Amino acid sequence: MQTALSVKNLTKKFNAFTAVDNISFDVEEGKFFSILGPSGCGKTTLLRMIAGFYTQTDGRIEFRGQDMTNFAPNKRPVNLVFQSLALFPMMNVFENIAFGLRRRGEKSVDITRKVNDLLERVGLPDSGKKQVNQLSGGQKQRIAIARCLVLEPTVLLLDEPLGALDAKLREHMKVELKKLQLQVGTTFVYITHDQSEAMVMSDQVAVMNAGHFEQVGTPQELYHHPSSSFVAQFVGSNNKFHVALRKDDHGIFTARYANGKDFSVLPTPEISEGEAWDLFVRPEAMVINPAETAAGYNVMHVEVKAILFDGGNSRLLVCPEGSTDELVVALPQTKQFDHIKANDSIRIGWDPSKSVCYKRADWKLYDEE
Amino acid sequence: MTKSNRKTVNAGFVLFFLPVFLWLFLLVVLPHLELLRLSFSGSGRAGDTGFTLKNYAAFFKEPIYWLTFVRTAMYSILVTFLVIAIALPVAFYITKLARVKTVGFLMVMLMVPFWVSELIRVYGWIILLRESGVLNKLFVSLGLFKEPIELLYNDATMIMGLVYTSMLFMIVPVIGVMEDLDDSLIEAAYDLGAGRLAIWRTIIIPHCMPGIVSGGIIVFMLVLGSYLTPNLMGGKNSLWFTEQIYNQIILYFNWNQGAAFGFLLLVLSSLIIWVLLKLTRQSLKEVVK
Amino acid sequence: MIRSLQNPKPYTNAFKAFIIAYFVFLFAPLVVTMVLAFNDSMFPSLPWKGFTLDWFFGNGPEKYGIFNDATNLRSIGVSFRVAVAVMVLSTILGTCAAFLFEHENFRFKNALYFLMIAPLVIPGVILGISILMFANTIGLAIENLFGVYVKFLGPGFWLVVLGQSSFISTIVALVVIARLRKFDRTLEEAAYNLGANRFQVLWFITLRYLRPAIIGGAAMAFLMSFENFNTTIFLTGSQATLPINLYLQVRDGSTPVINAISFLLIVGTSIIAVFNLSKGNKAVP
Repeated sequence: MQTALSVKNLTKKFNAFTAVDNISFDVEEGKFFSILGPSGCGKTTLLRMIAGFYTQTDGRIEFRGQDMTNFAPNKRPVNLVFQSLALFPMMNVFENIAFGLRRRGEKSVDITRKVNDLLERVGLPDSGKKQVNQLSGGQKQRIAIARCLVLEPTVLLLDEPLGALDAKLREHMKVELKKLQLQVGTTFVYITHDQSEAMVMSDQVAVMNAGHFEQVGTPQELYHHPSSSFVAQFVGSNNKFHVALRKDDHGIFTARYANGKDFSVLPTPEISEGEAWDLFVRPEAMVINPAETAAGYNVMHVEVKAILFDGGNSRLLVCPEGSTDELVVALPQTKQFDHIKANDSIRIGWDPSKSVCYKRADWKLYDEE
Repeated sequence: MTKSNRKTVNAGFVLFFLPVFLWLFLLVVLPHLELLRLSFSGSGRAGDTGFTLKNYAAFFKEPIYWLTFVRTAMYSILVTFLVIAIALPVAFYITKLARVKTVGFLMVMLMVPFWVSELIRVYGWIILLRESGVLNKLFVSLGLFKEPIELLYNDATMIMGLVYTSMLFMIVPVIGVMEDLDDSLIEAAYDLGAGRLAIWRTIIIPHCMPGIVSGGIIVFMLVLGSYLTPNLMGGKNSLWFTEQIYNQIILYFNWNQGAAFGFLLLVLSSLIIWVLLKLTRQSLKEVVK
Repeated sequence: MIRSLQNPKPYTNAFKAFIIAYFVFLFAPLVVTMVLAFNDSMFPSLPWKGFTLDWFFGNGPEKYGIFNDATNLRSIGVSFRVAVAVMVLSTILGTCAAFLFEHENFRFKNALYFLMIAPLVIPGVILGISILMFANTIGLAIENLFGVYVKFLGPGFWLVVLGQSSFISTIVALVVIARLRKFDRTLEEAAYNLGANRFQVLWFITLRYLRPAIIGGAAMAFLMSFENFNTTIFLTGSQATLPINLYLQVRDGSTPVINAISFLLIVGTSIIAVFNLSKGNKAVP
């Protein structure tokens, strides 16, 4: 498989501030690659460097093996779908899409053919004559993407394009974008702060924090095997226990929790004895009222604080005995847990192999007032 | 709404309506109607009364009058285009290129000179450019000129003066529309392969058209009706139409002729604007501030 | 080509040079005028003969500074009185117009609005002559009907005030309208709800909100009246305003006392302009 985009040791400093710190990654031809991270992690800076709008402080950028590090933005085989879409209000839909082709000096006949072809592909075959302000949010999205795709770029860059859409449309567009990418086969590089978008659409996701990549992998890898505390907390939701780790003479680790309970954890190369550790367990890894015979499960008593009903995504908000932490436990809608009410005392448990431990670290995952 | 409320509402309306109505009718509508009436009348002296077309006929018969008007109109159009040509890059620099911290300062610097009286600003050019003026004295002493050259009282200088005094009325609307131009549109055009000239042609100017047109109309009317600048910087050679109006009314005391000229100025300039709007396919509605 | 993109140095430097040239062009006449106000020479030109304040304070026999120049001082006084009158009249008319067009609805509103805008596009010369002739006709009619000679209908102070106000009121109106448009009318509703009557709402809420625009408009009205020439020249009587007086001196030749006057005017208007602009009134003189 050829590499559509190869980034080597890319760094960007603004005076003393390092926005992008020595990042390297490759994107395979035809894949959907997402860069996921909170606001201010440097993902937009990274994207603009790939597009050519920023000049890197250090590093190289290659497209299909060719070094284009110092090429001007309009000479690179990449196109950018802007966050605000940047559709030209002074032109109709056809002219918007035709813009890049016209600048290349292509013949009118070819332009008409290509534009109409692309309009069909994005599912808006008769929209050529419409004005930009007559389009809906989802339609504008597709026109913005069509405008870039018509130029057949090596890589299509997308800067959080779904941010301005309302929730239901966003859900719909996630699927549409994925289908579109598969259909046209162009390599997509997509940046977002919404981990759900990244997970649903991507073949590969890079989790970015403070200018560097924490982990690069498939959504499944990131979800089930987060390689750092940040990834564990940023991707998906996760319950966090402050624990102290102890190793006994046989090399078996136990994690002591605030309420005095001990949990068994699997020994992995990263963990060691210490006072300040975080234990992570996913909500769906927690079993409600596990059978007494569940071998090796870590079990504890909790009080139900609230039932967070959300259809298939329902959860229980619980508080462990002897602690003030709040945990989130997946609540399957299979009727067997319908009897649980607030203030009930129940037991929850999990298989030790489903938890991960990292040195204690608190991350700013989102903006708070 | 209670009855008393309606009464006070009506009183409020009358309170605002009456002064405005009186102002517009007594100071604008009626005077211009009177102007029109006088232009069709004889001078009232020596039994010369009643409806007549001779004031207007004089305009068309006497070459000096309509030639002066044509000259004034052509130069006004030229000045308008010159002003547009200068205003666009200046506005572009301030809204899109200058460092954000300096923008406020630059805008103030841009506008302050225009609050100073036109007379003083023209006077400044006079003492700079006339034969005994600053530039001449400077260049002669530096050896660049062998002897002083009269830089005033020619068409080029007059045009420069007109550009100078009307500049602001184009820059303000153009800055207004350019500020509304989203930077990401320019970035997107760039990303799609457009060069700078193509971006000006396809994105910036089409976007700014309403501002350019409204500024253009104001500049054109301002320059056409200008009296001080052509008079002081063009001197006897100015041949500006407003001078004809002044002469008729103040010098020759021929108010009827002056009225006719005044009306012709209004009508013909409105005609020119209408034609230009049609040519550039703009509608007046879109352009009214 | 814009600040968010990387630009080649020649491009940015060429642009900067252009802008500097533009500002030099813009300020050159003003700077030269102001500097020569202090030149110890009988002519407002080079060579520089030394620094002097005589063009401000000199009391003859050769040099009469502005503060001792009777004719000029008189014309300044006239201009000032005219400007104050115009300021008051235009501000009242402009504010009424703002309320009329923004808060009231009536037939022919658009036509009336168009009429209000018209004086901005009509050359000042035409405004002047139309009012001159109209006032003259009315004056003659009254004289013939009642045998009374109405002084203020002939060229003079009041005609100048009326003539200038005809278009300066429009400018004040536009300034106030711009601010009134941004006014949240639910504030008025809240005030009514709390028991205020219409007049109180107007005074304490709406006019209070409009105050910066009204002050800005008034300042602009004052300045525009002070410097007006085209309309005033046809309406002025025996008392010349400063611009007319200056025009005669510029045309027929005079001493650098004109520079001294210009210096004071430039400084004065600049202060008011900067003050007004810094308050956010982005309007045009």
